[in-house]
Amino acid sequence: MAEYPLEVRDLTVAYHRKPVVQSVNLTLPEGQLVGVVGPNGAGKSTMLKAILGLVPAAAGEVRVFGRPYAAQRSLVGYVPQRGSVDWDFPTDALDVVLMGRYGRLGWFRRPGAKDRELAMECLRQVGMADFANRQISQLSGGQQQRVFLARALAQDARLYFMDEPFAGVDAATEKAIVSLLGALKERGKTVVVVHHDLQTVKEYFDWLVLLNMRLIAFGPTEEVFTAENLQKAYGGRLTQFGAGAAAVLAAAKEA
Amino acid sequence: MDLSWLSVADANTRWVLTGASLLGLSSGVLGSFALLRRRSLMGDALAHAALPGVCIAFLLTGTKNLGLFLVGAAVAGLLGTMAISAITRYSKIKEDSALGLVLTVFFGIGIMLLTVIQRMPGGNQSGLDKFLFGQAAALVGSDVQLMTAIAAGLCLAVFLLFKEFKLLAFDPGFGAGLGLPMGILDLLLNLLILLAVVIGLQSVGVVLMAAMLITPAVAARYWTDRLATMTVLAGLFGAASGALGTLLSQLGPRMPTGPLIVLAATMVFLVSLFFAPRRGLVARLVRFLRLKRQVARETALRAVYELAEGAGDPGAAIGLEELRRRRGITGGGALEALARAGALSPAAPGAWRLTAAGLAEAHRLVREQRLWEVFLMHEGELGGAAVDRDGALVPAALRADLERLLRLHGLEPALSPRSATHTARGEGA
Repeated sequence: MAEYPLEVRDLTVAYHRKPVVQSVNLTLPEGQLVGVVGPNGAGKSTMLKAILGLVPAAAGEVRVFGRPYAAQRSLVGYVPQRGSVDWDFPTDALDVVLMGRYGRLGWFRRPGAKDRELAMECLRQVGMADFANRQISQLSGGQQQRVFLARALAQDARLYFMDEPFAGVDAATEKAIVSLLGALKERGKTVVVVHHDLQTVKEYFDWLVLLNMRLIAFGPTEEVFTAENLQKAYGGRLTQFGAGAAAVLAAAKEA
Repeated sequence: MDLSWLSVADANTRWVLTGASLLGLSSGVLGSFALLRRRSLMGDALAHAALPGVCIAFLLTGTKNLGLFLVGAAVAGLLGTMAISAITRYSKIKEDSALGLVLTVFFGIGIMLLTVIQRMPGGNQSGLDKFLFGQAAALVGSDVQLMTAIAAGLCLAVFLLFKEFKLLAFDPGFGAGLGLPMGILDLLLNLLILLAVVIGLQSVGVVLMAAMLITPAVAARYWTDRLATMTVLAGLFGAASGALGTLLSQLGPRMPTGPLIVLAATMVFLVSLFFAPRRGLVARLVRFLRLKRQVARETALRAVYELAEGAGDPGAAIGLEELRRRRGITGGGALEALARAGALSPAAPGAWRLTAAGLAEAHRLVREQRLWEVFLMHEGELGGAAVDRDGALVPAALRADLERLLRLHGLEPALSPRSATHTARGEGA
């Protein structure tokens, strides 16, 4: 039997009895770049956090490579939203990347020369090697995002979750992220990315998860990214986006 | 004044100083994490909550024994933290309100118990009120031995769990994703903070103990950008404040040590605030003034260059009025400074022209500026390489591409230093 990188069964998250994510069922194939899209407040980040056990799920089961997530944490890498931490923390870029190694180091052990080398290599892959010793508050937003990506690389996982990595970054960082996603795919990794920009969806992702509290559709991008599905997820809202949305819809129709 | 107490040979003074330094050391070290975890006020709540614990320990045993007091304070503090987390979890009250609530209720109970104890017959209870503002002089050898053991335990725990606590303070969500038990680590950190508070109670008192968690840590943050260094520095600052405050308190009779220790820590903080390199206020002011001056000069030099470029003559005389009208440059200060530096020479009253050195410098500045502009226009296509936005220089890897783009846009500065020598030669001929 094939082991899927991620199987989610009947995942439900509720805040104050109001369901935010309703009975999501997902099975993702290995080695694909998977975009999670949907309107604001559709529960994209919440679903991610519930999968990772960072917010309590009201119901549901998450299996990673065939076993419960709790037993497979070392196979999973996570890039949280940039705004989730205090960037004035007294530490430098390399040190943040080294945090990706903590899970493998075990208790009481400190990162050694080998971990340092690996962390430097991860910084290099996101084009940040020159900033290794820079205090993190002195990095631009995009550079901070790349440090987070490098930290996830240092985890050396097989399944990655990224929460809005493209939000508010400069063009150089966007490019760096895209090439990194490509490199991860080449190495057979599966990457799940919460994304907000419909215009780039077709370009970036092989698979799509379309979410609006409940799962609207999921599957290969060309099958899911249709005008019909988008209307189902975004409703009338999509037309409010104006010309850009019209282009997206047109592109979706062509597909 | 009797200075005999300064003699270190005096065993009692030695104990007291050691105790005060140890409390400063542990609260400084733990305070660093409390501060970065945004738990500074937790220390305040813990300290105030400890008072009823101390009183109940005395009421139950009838003896004044620091070990027992510590147990009482620790239990009460633990109840306080549990109350805070229960309130935040099961009601809509936010953490800061819950902290205030628990702090005041526990402290109120403590004061009430203290009053009851004061009115009890017998003389054994005197000195318990010293827990309010601290009395280091009351420390005896066995107290200090206990404090040493706890302080050593705290430092060892922080040393062993340094990376876990760092992750907890920086990004607990990521830590949980790694599979580290962040909830347990958070509880452990709270427990260690509680112990650091508790061993300081005797010397600093419940009212001001929170300051010993916060102040040395905040002061240490000014001197370094590394957590390890910050933790060690905060410990040292705390220890020094403890010792200094205790020494000061012995200058007068019956002075409470708590306020003096806290004042000593505040002094360390003020020195850090003003004089720390880089983050200190003085260093920042100097840096700001320097930058301001440099920017004013470079702007003025670029303006003179670009006006001369418009005139097509590197030796054109540019008047202050024209600079003000066309480039918004007011005041001749920057221009005079440039003239003193040999970049400009006066052409007429209130007018300047570029010297050969000034032309070379201005050409470089203008070109650099335009390369940046071109870079920003084409950032999307050029991206991928890391760009240091704080750096004054255009990224070296992109320079060749940018220079080509600069020419394509027709933005190459027209007056190159070489063309100036041509002109000069032409004039001479």
